[in-house]
Amino acid sequence: MNYNVNEKGYYGEFGGAYIPEMLYPNVEELRQNYLKVMAEESFQKEFHELLKDYVGRPTPLYFAKRLSEKYNTKIYLKREDLCHTGAHKVNNTIGQILMAKRLGKTRIIAETGAGQHGVATATVCALMGLECIVFMGEVDIKRQAPNVARMKMLGAKVVPATSGSKTLKDATNEAIRDWINNPVDTHYIIGSVVGPHPYPDMVARFQSVISEEIKTQLKEKEGRENPDFVVACVGGGSNAAGAFYHYLETPEVGIIAVEAAGKGIDSGESAATSALGKVGIIHGSKTLLMQTADGQITEPHSISAGLDYPGVGPMHASLFASGRGEFISITDDEAMEAGLELCKLEGIIPAIESSHALAIFETRKFKKDDVIVVNLSGRGDKDLDTYIKHFNL
Amino acid sequence: MNKIQNKLSENKRLLSIYFTAGYPKLDDTVEILQELEKSGVDLVEIGLPFSDPLADGPTIQASSQEALKNGMTTDLLFQQLKDVRATVSIPLILMGYFNPVLQFGVENFCKKCAEVGIDGLILPDLPLAEYEEHYAEIFKKYELINIFLITPQTSEERIRQIDSASEGFIYMVSSASVTGSSDGFGEEQENYFERIASMKLNSPLIVGFGISDSKSFQQATKNTNGAIIGSAFIKMLSEKGLGGITSFISSIIRV
Ligand SMILES: Cc1ncc(COP(=O)(O)O)c(C=O)c1O
Repeated sequence: MNYNVNEKGYYGEFGGAYIPEMLYPNVEELRQNYLKVMAEESFQKEFHELLKDYVGRPTPLYFAKRLSEKYNTKIYLKREDLCHTGAHKVNNTIGQILMAKRLGKTRIIAETGAGQHGVATATVCALMGLECIVFMGEVDIKRQAPNVARMKMLGAKVVPATSGSKTLKDATNEAIRDWINNPVDTHYIIGSVVGPHPYPDMVARFQSVISEEIKTQLKEKEGRENPDFVVACVGGGSNAAGAFYHYLETPEVGIIAVEAAGKGIDSGESAATSALGKVGIIHGSKTLLMQTADGQITEPHSISAGLDYPGVGPMHASLFASGRGEFISITDDEAMEAGLELCKLEGIIPAIESSHALAIFETRKFKKDDVIVVNLSGRGDKDLDTYIKHFNL
Repeated sequence: MNKIQNKLSENKRLLSIYFTAGYPKLDDTVEILQELEKSGVDLVEIGLPFSDPLADGPTIQASSQEALKNGMTTDLLFQQLKDVRATVSIPLILMGYFNPVLQFGVENFCKKCAEVGIDGLILPDLPLAEYEEHYAEIFKKYELINIFLITPQTSEERIRQIDSASEGFIYMVSSASVTGSSDGFGEEQENYFERIASMKLNSPLIVGFGISDSKSFQQATKNTNGAIIGSAFIKMLSEKGLGGITSFISSIIRV
């Protein structure tokens, strides 16, 4: 079985480009060029130099000794939280800004949930001197205030999305509408492995540096490239796609995707797409999504803005449908506890998104000598308000 | 011949109206259709509301949200349209996003359309290639005409491809924009209308997006076969209700 995208843009039955004709020229231009551009030597050189000198890669693979002792297994943390701007998101925005420049685009738009992708986009736009407009749900603007300020300092214009649930899904709608209105000079930097083909594949390729590094680093530390399990949280699924990428076709590596159960899968306030979703079309992609029987997309809930999305990328829908991936969902409370625990045991304050991945150890048991790599997708600075409120700090 | 093709063969500038089913009130659908026919409208696009209408501006977004809040569903729309052909004879097109159709089941959806007397479909986010590979057969079986869009950015090659796949008209999006965002057309649009008209396509052209009054209707139809009014009609409905339909339509088509 092949878990990667095929030439038509599908992962199994998922993916494709279900876009209105207004977007066709832009998406088609990208589709025809992305692999060619990425293969250029000058592109690779610039991309890797920036990842090294600007982002700070490779990020460490850290053996979490006290966490491992507590759960009686071997846990490594892939420290994406140490990336410049505080999360894995910047790997993708560096790649896409270089792509946009080569396609001659001068105006950059992006959507953001937690604000991490917005900050990462604003950052690379500042770096390259390009105009930057970030769409962000009104609700998220309130709960991620420090990131809004950051984007503004970096010179981006932050436009509130006021439709629907006023979160990530709606910010994405607004970004797509902006792209329809500005088809010639604008590149849309999507922040996850979602959207029409070729976005899911392009973003996964930019993020694949994560598993590329894990392989080399684990070889050094454990004498083998392959862990027994790779674990990552899934909002749209970009950090997970990056962490899984080079292990997709290696069946002895277990793939664990962690979704946000919100207040519980059956609470009506959840974002656990694999448990609650059905096949449908969201933001140009055929994938699993949360919807009513009538095909209206429903409003998700998660305490973490970055996981508050009613779909998953088509790669993950396919990993779920084929059984290649194990899907676990974690509630708001469980994630918060796991986040605090990492602070206490390892001195690392994780993003609440990443805390979801850490929370699986309470219920998912591993063997003592299992080697598990958890992708620590981001740091928790942006979430202090939520931590403070939750724990009355 | 399908009603759409019939209508297109009349040698006149067609006025088409888009409205969102279930708005302003849940049960207004059939009455709006009757009023539109009486006022002299040539064809109608009935919008199936969707939670995330990507190609629509604020007016149609708001009417869709309101319609969903009122309780509109795909099932209910078909129920409302059950006897529509007893009182309405102009061509009827359903316009909606693909996800609700997919959930209803594409074949089931097409079958229902045929049963109630729908003549065509516009599903902006169902791309040409997907349609041809998976759904064209089903549409044909139920004698439904699928309408494709082109925009000022669509390449000539692709326009020709769309032309040969079209059995009704081509929906010509007036400018690079979502619905409802223009006031009047400038030189750029007029050049675009002329450019496409001069391609001598097989399919008639009907212009949509940004047409709001008699002037923009005249501009849009100078070189084409007709034009579609959506957001401006919905705005009128929200201000004046169904009672405003006749005078709105006559303000557009008075000669
Ligand atoms: C730290 C962090 N992790 C994870 C995510 C979720 O995105 P994805 O599933 O694409 O990795 C986000 C999104 O904002 C994030 O900021």
